[in-house]
Amino acid sequence: MTESAAKPRVAVHKFSSCDGCQLAFLNLGETLLQIAELVDIVHFAEAGPLDPEAAVDIAFVEGSISTPDEVERIQRVRANSRFLVSIGACATAGGIQSLRNLAEDNQWLGQVYARPDYIATLDKVTPIAGQVKVDLELWGCPVNSRQIVSAIRALLFGVVPVTEQDKVCLECKRQQRVCVLVAQGTPCMGPVTRTGCGALCPSFGRDCYGCYGPAENPNTQALARRFEGLGLAPDAIARRFHAITSGAPAFHEAGLQQSDLKRQEKDHGG
Amino acid sequence: MADAVPGFLPRAALQHLIDALIAAGYRCLGPQERDGAILYDRLTSVTQLPLGRHDRQAPGHYRLEASADPRWFAWANGPQALKPLLFAPTEPLWKVTREADGVMHFSEQAVPAEPTAVIGVRACDLAALALQDAHFMAPPHADAHYMARRANLFLVAVNCTHPADTCFCVSTGDGPNATTGYDIDLSELEDGFLIQAGSDEGRQILASLPLVPASTRQIALAQSQTDKAIAAQSRSLPGHNLRAALFANLEHPRWQEVADRCLSCGNCTSVCPTCFCSSHNEVPDLSGTSSEHVREWSSCFTLDHSYMHGYVVRPDTRTRYRQWLTHKLGSWHEQYGRSGCVGCGRCVSWCPAGIDITEEATAICGGGQHD
Repeated sequence: MTESAAKPRVAVHKFSSCDGCQLAFLNLGETLLQIAELVDIVHFAEAGPLDPEAAVDIAFVEGSISTPDEVERIQRVRANSRFLVSIGACATAGGIQSLRNLAEDNQWLGQVYARPDYIATLDKVTPIAGQVKVDLELWGCPVNSRQIVSAIRALLFGVVPVTEQDKVCLECKRQQRVCVLVAQGTPCMGPVTRTGCGALCPSFGRDCYGCYGPAENPNTQALARRFEGLGLAPDAIARRFHAITSGAPAFHEAGLQQSDLKRQEKDHGG
Repeated sequence: MADAVPGFLPRAALQHLIDALIAAGYRCLGPQERDGAILYDRLTSVTQLPLGRHDRQAPGHYRLEASADPRWFAWANGPQALKPLLFAPTEPLWKVTREADGVMHFSEQAVPAEPTAVIGVRACDLAALALQDAHFMAPPHADAHYMARRANLFLVAVNCTHPADTCFCVSTGDGPNATTGYDIDLSELEDGFLIQAGSDEGRQILASLPLVPASTRQIALAQSQTDKAIAAQSRSLPGHNLRAALFANLEHPRWQEVADRCLSCGNCTSVCPTCFCSSHNEVPDLSGTSSEHVREWSSCFTLDHSYMHGYVVRPDTRTRYRQWLTHKLGSWHEQYGRSGCVGCGRCVSWCPAGIDITEEATAICGGGQHD
């Protein structure tokens, strides 16, 4: 066994998020102990170790940037890290909180909070890559343990981690699942969504809701037309794209196109 | 070769066939309703078969419906049949371990190849199987995993009497009746089955069944069912060999039109019974002392599939769809001596966007006569 000092140092940082992606580490059980033998986990508040300003080899970053202090903190994390890996929908696409980027003003603050003047937030939520250079993005809401372990192993080997960017459909068919879009007529996001989840929702007979964000080469317009054919109204289609990963450009645009259609319908329909 | 005069197996005696196969040591698989589709699963009793089930298929659409039909095989193929049984969707091929002294040790992964009998195989899937055999079993690089499973496979064909609206096996010359490649062939009538063997193993199973010779009337009835199944098919490819027509039209505007509709999701290649492309990945364990080399189904519709040393050969859907169609219906002829399409229609039904290969091929090749 190598000396503790020679082991790569790892930090797990949290920004605006629900903490769920950090469970991808904690849920590992015994494997987490194995990871702790391979690396020094110097900062991971949810698990115990606290040293947020430590210089590390790998920083895993959960959450989006939604407050002024987070803008400064992510700069320090970047300066202290050799590899910065953003994990989860919040860190990679802004997450569910970036839905507020679609609101035209901050009126909702007053509707939600008794003392909106106590709330310090940025006008727009951004993913981590919107603020600093990110070396690897692991998508998903939440990310799973397999993604985390695979990334750590690749970085320890000093090789480029595998980028998973195919559509969910490929994994769904490898698992011999019956297509819920074709056989049930449900508006499944699988044909435009990035793989990595193991086709989790379709394997329970549910339609994918796109939590891993856009796959490479996503034809969102064709899928939106298909949803229309299934009977979905433009605002319902917009909500398929504007959900957990609404901040990802391909889904952001696809949803906006549907919102525009709805507006046009209203204008014409009087 | 099939026997000259088929026997007749009364409907009530089909269980004897399942029992005979199990007694002969086979794991028996057969069609069953699962998650709204007909899939193949472990079969021990005729009560598991999809009694009276009909399917309604259209581009991008598949539904099962109930009927009072007393038949068990009154449906066209669901999303899969033989391919996943032989060409596993995901499987490790070998493993490398680094021993304590630093030496690398490579080991082949064991191939689980239980003797397996499949009941209900359609003619299109037998034609597809012959193509997969040509690909995976060709020397000098025959695939050991495929070969082991193939050698253990016993096939009970059922001639197709209820083609779906998306079927076009008549146009490719691969159906609706099984003509070769089976151990036993069945034609389902209302009161039973015409049955004949196509191999010695099949004849041995038949010898244990309570058969009577089929009557002239029963044989005529089966023939008329086949005639109806042929007449029921409305889709067709514009020719048997579209190689020249496709490669003469590589810049046809239709490629872009179909790309606007295509999701590039790979559902067509996954359900296609002849598509064989795969990706190979190293999957190391966390300790870094061992790694599995895993093969899994891939698709010409992915970016990685056309990535070569820093260069993506097919960056967009237009070039990916064109690759699929020109290979399947064109250059396949050079590789395997025939088209790679057996007319099963799965890529039409299971395309989430409802793209129809016969329509696209016709648009691109033009309406004229092809070989």
